[in-house]
Amino acid sequence: MMTFLTYLVSGVSLGSVYAIIALGYTMVYGIAKMLNFAHGDVIMVGAYISFCTTSYLHLPAWLSVVFAVAVCTALGVVIEGLAYKPLRQAGSLAVLITAIGVSYFLQNAAQLIWTSNTKVFTSVVGLPSVRLFGGRLTITGETIVTVLACLLIMAGLTFFTGGTKLGKAMRACSEDKAAAQLMGINVNATISMTFAIGSALAAVAGVLLCSSYNTLIPTAGAMPGIKAFTAAVFGGIGSIPGALLGGLLLGIIEIFASAYLSSELSLAIVFGVLIVVLLVKPSGLLGRYVPEKV
Amino acid sequence: MGVMLKVDGIHVYYGSIHAVKGVSFEVGEGEIVTLIGANGAGKSTVLNTVSGLLHPRTGSVCFMDQDLRGVPPHKVVERGLAQVPEGRRIFLQMTVEENLEMGAYTQPKSSVAPGVADVYKRFPRLEERRSQVAGTLSGGEQQMLAMGRALMSRPRLLMLDEPSMGLAPLLVEQIFEIIRELHAAGTTILLVEQNAQAALSVADRAYVLETGRVSLSGTGAELMASDQVRRAYLGG
Repeated sequence: MMTFLTYLVSGVSLGSVYAIIALGYTMVYGIAKMLNFAHGDVIMVGAYISFCTTSYLHLPAWLSVVFAVAVCTALGVVIEGLAYKPLRQAGSLAVLITAIGVSYFLQNAAQLIWTSNTKVFTSVVGLPSVRLFGGRLTITGETIVTVLACLLIMAGLTFFTGGTKLGKAMRACSEDKAAAQLMGINVNATISMTFAIGSALAAVAGVLLCSSYNTLIPTAGAMPGIKAFTAAVFGGIGSIPGALLGGLLLGIIEIFASAYLSSELSLAIVFGVLIVVLLVKPSGLLGRYVPEKV
Repeated sequence: MGVMLKVDGIHVYYGSIHAVKGVSFEVGEGEIVTLIGANGAGKSTVLNTVSGLLHPRTGSVCFMDQDLRGVPPHKVVERGLAQVPEGRRIFLQMTVEENLEMGAYTQPKSSVAPGVADVYKRFPRLEERRSQVAGTLSGGEQQMLAMGRALMSRPRLLMLDEPSMGLAPLLVEQIFEIIRELHAAGTTILLVEQNAQAALSVADRAYVLETGRVSLSGTGAELMASDQVRRAYLGG
């Protein structure tokens, strides 16, 4: 029973990170109708920025997170402006290939700057572990912070999209860009803002992920990025609650699959579940089926 | 009576397709002007060019004596030019009230609530459905919402693209009644319609568009009486 709970806790923790990353995917998809495959690599950049500020500049951990968020926000806006904005009228395949190109660019740039040697990432979380049931269940400080961060981000985004003028404008743009423009909404600025938010979340996710796993290499963001993308599709791409649900489920399934079935096959099981869900409900768990307008 | 909108010899292309071939017209302050014509004549293209969603290759669009060249669509709205687009294009996943709030995007926060109250006074049905998601509204209600949303920006010139499209005759009458009321309240209106009969009956002046060109123009009454218009658009 205790092992089950232990696995569940690590599943929820990992799932919370996936959810935070998936939110970035899903928001960007919702508004720009593109899969930003470079999103995972922004996570890696965020983690390196945090690593550098603590290891080289010896700044406090919380400040390193602020730095990581600031750099990634700017990076997201720059990537959108330089790589994606010129392709606004282009076909989706051109945009997709560009996104993959940006992803490789970021990985290789990171390799040039930080080399491919594994960096030992010191956790930014100073919170002690909590022991429950007479010490039989340990919940690490990282887990607590990760889950809290995920809940806080979800609450913040829910308020933003439902209760603020800019957030509502974002929803309007994701539904109909031309109509949004006719309302006086600056669509380009709104898309930039969405990339900024998504990339800031990626930085948070990167720091949390590396705090739990303690290693950092230039390709560290690729796999979590793909899994979070899967989580976004799983929950229903474009849906914010869907990203949370998809992320959590994916994390839990991954941990359970590797604990109880086979750690080698855990990824195959994760993607197998995705395929089954998409066969039964092509729009994802919470996604809406929106017919193409003719 | 000053000229509010002056469109002068615009040519608009979609890629290599020459959709609008030198269209010129004017809308005077306080007028209702209508552009009629068959499907594909270029009517919506003209409106979208005025709104800044499309750009003319040559020719100019002047609003209140200012050239709109290079003005992005969201800035055009700020100048007092609102469009109710073809097919209504309301935000289906947002509530009725959120749609209206989006219409007031360029307005100061203090004028949103009075604007919403004005729209509800004009369209009581929308007030009943204020917290409903717009996608659940009927076609007529959606058209009212689209019009109410455009009015939220307090436009000097309201452009309506096929407001009667897909509506039952009774609703069409209702929509045109509202257009008359808006006009009486001082709004200048540019109306694009396939329903020539209804459009000509409210219009001060009208232009007939045929394959990207203005083929005929005159007062609403003149065009209603013209043989050419009767044969082509009024069924005899």
